[in-house]
Amino acid sequence: MLRTFPKGGIHPPENKLTSSKPIKRLPVPKVVYVPISQHIGIPAEIIVDRKDKVEIGQVIAKSGGFVSSNIHAPVAGTVTKLDKIVDTRGYKQQCIVIRTDQKDETNFEQVDLPLLEEFDLEPQEILQRISDFGIVGLGGATFPSHVKLNIKEGKNLDCLIINGVECEPYLTADHRLMLEKGEEILVGIRILMHALHVDRAIIGIENNKRDAIDNFKKLASNDPGIQIAALKVKYPQGGEKQLVRALLKREVPKNGLPLDVGVVVHNVGTIFAIYQAVQHNRPLMERVVTVTGKKLENPSNFWVRIGTPISDLIDAAGGIPEDTRKIVSGGPMMGRALKNTDVPVTKGTSGILVISGGEANRGAPKNCIRCGECVDVCPMGLEPHLLMNLAEKGMYEKAAQEDILTCIECGSCSYVCPSHRPLLDYIRFGKTIAKQLESNKG
Amino acid sequence: MSDQPIIVSASPHVHSERTSKSLMYDVVIALIPAFLVSLYVFGYSALIVTAAAVISCLVFEYLIQKYWLKTEVTIGDGSALITGILLAFNLPAGLPVWMVVVGSLVAIGIAKLSFGGIGYNIFNPALVGRVFLLVSFPVQMTLWPTAVENNTSLVDAVTGATTLGLIKEGVQFGETMSSLSGSIPSAQAMFLGITSGSIGEMSALALILGGVYLMVRKVISWHIPVTVLASIAVMTGIFWWIDPEHYANPLIHVLSGGAILGAFYMATDLVTSPVTKKGMVIFALGIGVITVVIRLFGSYPEGISFAILIMNAFVPLINSYFKPRRFGSRIKAKIM
Repeated sequence: MLRTFPKGGIHPPENKLTSSKPIKRLPVPKVVYVPISQHIGIPAEIIVDRKDKVEIGQVIAKSGGFVSSNIHAPVAGTVTKLDKIVDTRGYKQQCIVIRTDQKDETNFEQVDLPLLEEFDLEPQEILQRISDFGIVGLGGATFPSHVKLNIKEGKNLDCLIINGVECEPYLTADHRLMLEKGEEILVGIRILMHALHVDRAIIGIENNKRDAIDNFKKLASNDPGIQIAALKVKYPQGGEKQLVRALLKREVPKNGLPLDVGVVVHNVGTIFAIYQAVQHNRPLMERVVTVTGKKLENPSNFWVRIGTPISDLIDAAGGIPEDTRKIVSGGPMMGRALKNTDVPVTKGTSGILVISGGEANRGAPKNCIRCGECVDVCPMGLEPHLLMNLAEKGMYEKAAQEDILTCIECGSCSYVCPSHRPLLDYIRFGKTIAKQLESNKG
Repeated sequence: MSDQPIIVSASPHVHSERTSKSLMYDVVIALIPAFLVSLYVFGYSALIVTAAAVISCLVFEYLIQKYWLKTEVTIGDGSALITGILLAFNLPAGLPVWMVVVGSLVAIGIAKLSFGGIGYNIFNPALVGRVFLLVSFPVQMTLWPTAVENNTSLVDAVTGATTLGLIKEGVQFGETMSSLSGSIPSAQAMFLGITSGSIGEMSALALILGGVYLMVRKVISWHIPVTVLASIAVMTGIFWWIDPEHYANPLIHVLSGGAILGAFYMATDLVTSPVTKKGMVIFALGIGVITVVIRLFGSYPEGISFAILIMNAFVPLINSYFKPRRFGSRIKAKIM
């Protein structure tokens, strides 16, 4: 029996069009647009000015506090503008525009760094590098990694979980990375285990990625501390709480963190970035992005510099299809719809999904028929139909009592609703106000 | 890029294939076997009653929504169609058409639309229509044409009591189960459907067939039908075990009357049943118990319609008491 989380979940069509496509390196763009807030927390502070020459990997925006992250120049070149742009989340924010120096060889040098297995750093030094080199959670949440790794006294940490689930349909960035950089990821895991003083790590991978599971099993066969766990395919298993429950049968308490049950969870992409930061002193300047969609001529996985406009990615995948109606940053379940393709890739961009024709439309909402499907699929044990109702009627306090704030916004309820009700839209709205009410109270 | 505008909406950006409409039409499909059996047993009279109920339900919904409420007309969503079929299934074949029309008006007009239409009704519309007819026209509503094999003509001359009616009357007049056994149809006959009763409650086999289809299609779950039937069987079993001469055995109770029709199709109505599995079990348990109490101690021989309507009223209460367990609410501090 494959492990999974017990309550709720759905199984949307997987549509992993790019799972057998090796990651290709996208040419370095002529201009990059680097937003200063690519992570959860305080935006970074810009420390360069217009007309400044920057080297590749140079810090251009400094971490603005503890829960923040450094941002590095993804190319060598000249800062041409400090501008406001709309990012993948749809918000306007400060952004550093750099024109790539075409003569600077560092921009085009060999970036496939050799495997370096040995490390002799102290835990503190490891954490310092993770913080210095701007590593954030690459699974999509973009939470600064050093914060997660800063284990307070009294917390009993005994297991590191590596999230290789990639439960979002269409996306294959993590899948390809696990196949192509398996050894580096294992070194990254050992580095983190050393830094966190734990002797147990589990890589959780859904069973639709057999090749990645087998690859890791082969590579880690003589390392008893690292287990590879095949998981039943079920969305949203990549959610931290669901993954911890699936792998260890431990339930993260309401409003708690995995650390409360002795676990830290990191995405495989983050682990690879940590490997590069610790072993090669390489800051987070690029990431794997899946560019996909049923009508795309050549859906692909790319290594992309942070700040590359999304239009470059779509062009590299064969250009935007004729009847494109929706462009999503991320996967179809939790991704953000974009207004245009001018927005740049940031640290959290795991995929670009192009949706064509009728598939982009939402069905017209009908009355709730109280079928209870949304209740059945909610992985958090909530009652989405009730929460929507409360949010619609403005009963936010009651909604908070019904645990609206524990919603992880996975979208399973909206996905299954046979009446096409915009459940998650209203729940998000209710959450926002319930949160405000809570913070007003003190 | 196309000239049509780009859509910017919040996630999720995909949706399952299933719609309310497809759910409703699955129910219609599930009811076909039972309908065919009723045509075989009752001939045209079953067809006339069913057609009258379906057409009048659709027409009333259309007229009321279009000319009175002036809202969107929803007759295409399949729900009024189901109400019509289920209402007919709960009526005796040969009931005068005008009564069927009155029942449809009550079902659609009062039980469904006056509450706000699909999704807002508290009580199962078909059952409200049926019970309205039962208390208004008790004679016609209990005039059961007896099944005659190879009968293709309109039967209304031959009428007989239902199995449960026979038992109830017999026991009241001092007979015992063994003296009644000659006049009660065999379990096999009840299972296949050669007996007397409402149009749709004939064949347990056909009804279960459709019920299994609904479960396979995940329109309903096993919780309600199994709990209703099991609680009827257990409770009647206890009485039968204590006094087999005055109480029918559980098999008769499960197979006769509307138990199976009610358990699979009426009690499982999505709108009027609880949303959680726990709630469904409580709801179904209530239906089973009330049905048996009415059957054994009430003045009506059959009580599942009343039982479902009574439990319908408790659904909001059940929904607020039997909630799903919130993730992380029971903290297991167990560290392996």
